[in-house]
Amino acid sequence: MSKILKVQHLSKTYRSGEHDLNVLNNVSFEVGEGESFAIVGPSGSGKTTLLGLCAGLDTTDEGEIWLCGQNLFELDEDGRARLRNQNVGFVFQDFQLLPTLTALENVIVPLELRGVKNAAAQGKELLDKVGLLDRTGHYPSQLSGGEQQRVALARAFANKPAILFADEPTGNLDDDTGIKIEDLLFELNKEQGTALVIVTHDLELAKKTDKSIRLRSGKIEQTVG
Amino acid sequence: MKKNNTGFSWLLKMAWRDGKASYGKLLLFVFSITLGVAAVVSVHSFSDLLKDNIASQSKALLGADYLIESDKPVNDRVMGIMDSLGGADAREINFMSMAAFPGNNGTKLMEVRGVEGGFPFYGELETTPVSAAKDFRNGGALVDATTMLQLNLKVGDSIKLGAVTLPIAGELETVPGSTSVFGAIAPPILIPFQFIESTGLVQTGSRIEYKYYFKADESEDMAMLDEKVDPILDAEEADLDTHLSEARRLGRRYENFGKFLNLVGFIALLLGCVGIASGMGIYVQMKIKSIAVLKCLGASKRQSYLIFFLQIACMGIVGGLLGTVIGYLLQQLFPVLLGDLLPVDVDITFSLQSIFLGLSLGLAMSVLFALYPLMKTLYVSPLQALRVVQETKSRSKRATTVVGLGIVLFVFSFSFWLLGDFLRSLYFVGGLLVVFLILTAVARFFMAMLKRFFPHSWGFIARQSLKNLFRPQNQTLVLVLSIGIGTFLISTLYFTKDMLLEKAAIEDSANSANMILMDIQNQQVDGVSNTIKASGYPVIDKIPIVTMRVETLKDRHVEDIRKDTTSQVGRWILNHEFRVTYRDSLIGSERILEGDWVSSVNSESDVPISVSSDFANMAKVTIGDSISFNVQGRIMSTVVQSIREVDWSRLQPNFSIVFPSGVLENAPQFGVMTTRTTDDQGSAQLQQQLVRQFPNVSILDLKRILSLLEDILGKIGWVINFMAFFSIFVGVAVLMGAIYSSKHQRVKQGALLRTLGAQSSQILKMIAIEYAVLGFLGAFMGVLLAVLGSSLLAYMLFETAFAPSWVPFLIILPSITLLVFALGVANSISIVRNSPLSVLKKEKE
Repeated sequence: MSKILKVQHLSKTYRSGEHDLNVLNNVSFEVGEGESFAIVGPSGSGKTTLLGLCAGLDTTDEGEIWLCGQNLFELDEDGRARLRNQNVGFVFQDFQLLPTLTALENVIVPLELRGVKNAAAQGKELLDKVGLLDRTGHYPSQLSGGEQQRVALARAFANKPAILFADEPTGNLDDDTGIKIEDLLFELNKEQGTALVIVTHDLELAKKTDKSIRLRSGKIEQTVG
Repeated sequence: MKKNNTGFSWLLKMAWRDGKASYGKLLLFVFSITLGVAAVVSVHSFSDLLKDNIASQSKALLGADYLIESDKPVNDRVMGIMDSLGGADAREINFMSMAAFPGNNGTKLMEVRGVEGGFPFYGELETTPVSAAKDFRNGGALVDATTMLQLNLKVGDSIKLGAVTLPIAGELETVPGSTSVFGAIAPPILIPFQFIESTGLVQTGSRIEYKYYFKADESEDMAMLDEKVDPILDAEEADLDTHLSEARRLGRRYENFGKFLNLVGFIALLLGCVGIASGMGIYVQMKIKSIAVLKCLGASKRQSYLIFFLQIACMGIVGGLLGTVIGYLLQQLFPVLLGDLLPVDVDITFSLQSIFLGLSLGLAMSVLFALYPLMKTLYVSPLQALRVVQETKSRSKRATTVVGLGIVLFVFSFSFWLLGDFLRSLYFVGGLLVVFLILTAVARFFMAMLKRFFPHSWGFIARQSLKNLFRPQNQTLVLVLSIGIGTFLISTLYFTKDMLLEKAAIEDSANSANMILMDIQNQQVDGVSNTIKASGYPVIDKIPIVTMRVETLKDRHVEDIRKDTTSQVGRWILNHEFRVTYRDSLIGSERILEGDWVSSVNSESDVPISVSSDFANMAKVTIGDSISFNVQGRIMSTVVQSIREVDWSRLQPNFSIVFPSGVLENAPQFGVMTTRTTDDQGSAQLQQQLVRQFPNVSILDLKRILSLLEDILGKIGWVINFMAFFSIFVGVAVLMGAIYSSKHQRVKQGALLRTLGAQSSQILKMIAIEYAVLGFLGAFMGVLLAVLGSSLLAYMLFETAFAPSWVPFLIILPSITLLVFALGVANSISIVRNSPLSVLKKEKE
């Protein structure tokens, strides 16, 4: 299986006032195509920082990340943005829908960014898949938390990404809704062959993935699978 | 890697999608741009229309294609020139004189115009009855309609001008060549030319104008005629005015006022731009998460920047367009506000130029002022979508400098376009920058001091509201700026108007004259003096006047100077018949700038004289230079011994040239006398008596002139205040925008405080204190800066001491503070209306 994400000797230090705060320390792992992968660990262990770095949302001076065959740190900010648009999908804990755009408009933004012609039709198809075809014209404030996360899922899969990063995708949802979203996430992952990288506290969710790592104080404490 | 394929249309689509959901916030920005553009467009278009209307009605304003005029009977050479031009088609003699109305014992200083021939050839004499325009030529008088109303006169009553009594043929509504401003002091009377001689009013010292009107062929080139004939006429102390030069002259008179109003409008627009800049800052802050998400989804820095840039550009266009429409509607008000101060009726039309001006101003100003806050979008990290990130990158210094310079350059270029004068534009932009900087510095200093010396011992409410003044995303700077500038403008305009009026009224004190009697012949001096004293009034001044013309300047004959095309000596010096006085001391309106004052001399050669600084500038003379005068045929040589600064704005007789005592006493002369009457009735009786006994003596009632001046300043002041209030309207829009933009944060803060047990009334009190402090600080700084600005104006321009009136402190300052307070509280009531749970739940979602 070829690797869609390769992380090698990654470290990240933040400067906070006079002190240096070492958030990640020599982290290395790989994720294969279509594979599901979980990053677990307690609060402050560096999970979200690692996810942000893997998706090219931030940079660091130590270590390397290869995403879809590209060395992320050799690209500038706009280059990384283009890479995300073509290969990466996102699901956030707090959904992060654009509040001024309707559900459909939110879903088709990645398609429109790629210049896809029939974006609206594809968007409706995706909303239909997540069971929200009747909510196309609703604004995020008019949708429930579960509905918002389903719109976010539709958006994440809109550009048929090679890899999808999910940050606590069920963290803001009740159990029943959370399970539905998890199912949908894995279903789409299987259907489209998308690699899945999930940051979570939820060990049950982590068990459903092919592989997982446990972080503690910025270091990999345990690798499973 | 492929570039993403989105084009301009997607950016537009995104700008529209985001904008339509945020239109409530954007609407207030559009509103401030709209008002600013409306102010500029209305004044600018109206000034242009006025100029165009003056140009298109120039012939009607003059009554002819061109005229030749002189202040003495024209000589054979001028007659020859006029003959070569085909001969005059009409002629006129005019002068100021007292008119008596025997029917009701009324008297009034009037402009007597004796006309002959078909004058006016363009425009018309508007009279009531209409037939009077023709009938008066058979031996009647047309009397200014307002005067007839004031003095309760009817058609058929008599009017006595010197030795002639004529029946009033009709009311004169308009006549070419009489301006309404001057007409308010000496309203026009038209009589047939042949009666002028028999009035006996054409005497020594009378200021008489001889005018010859010409009708030209359509093909005749007026500019060429002016260029060819005027220099020849100059040598003969006559002048040629074409309808085009008359239009230019009139246009210039209104141009300065227009320019001033334009600047006031422009300041209103700048104020709106401050609102745009601050509102955009808050707007971008609110959009940071969205920008981060867009970047996560693959949008580039440029794309996310352009989405908001396009919104601003569209707001600018919409604001500009709306502003143009409102500006057009506003223009309809100007003729009503300015009334008869306008020389022509102005047809208000919608011009393409004003649409272009409104659109380009709206677009350029909003984009320029939004660039800096928009730059922030470039530095939003996509990581913000995952968690709160501390901003590490600040705006590039180079980009900030370029934007700052762009704004200053644009403001300067626009001011230059309005004023047409480099130095004045520089002063304007410099002054504006100083005011902006002072207000910014005060706001920042206030915040810093409040932070440093925070009153920790004060109660909870006071502490919370004071903390709001320096918390992140506070409104202190923008509100102090907008309130400060609005108040500064209004107060400065108030102080200036006050100063102008006070300066004019300065001599209206207990011991100064309030009536000037002019054109008193030598033999009438004692008689006039006795009449005044017999009425119980004092003779304050007896001023002798001798008329003379300049013969040589620094030993060069005026003829030679006229021929010298390189000479910079003003034509006024070479052609004017000066009214000169002699006395042994300076008067209150004068002070010596250079040289020494000489009280009296015995010798008639090289008489040491004193000239005004204006005379010295125009004649290019300085201390020790020789000037010889032609004193009614006799040449008298003089030397400039002193140069005086004369305050011409004082309502009293002032002179360009003053001789010492002991030289002119025996020259042919006439006099001016001043007195002080105590009441209107006594003043009217004295005037009647004087006109009866000395019909050639003209009387200027300073009290009346002062009230006319007040009336004119009042009308102008109305327009200025109207424009200044625009700044306040814009300030209100900016204020509402700022309140609205930060409402989200306040709602959340209010909900949290209420969850923790704060009562609604406590939250409202916090908001009330915050706005009251902001309103007071802004308004107080505005009034204070106005005092400083007005003191500078008083010192540099009006040259007078400045004692600030209490009105801005006691009325403007509290009113504006109250307005800010009321608007702030009224807009915040909804904060305490929403239940804390609904707010926090919404926040969580």
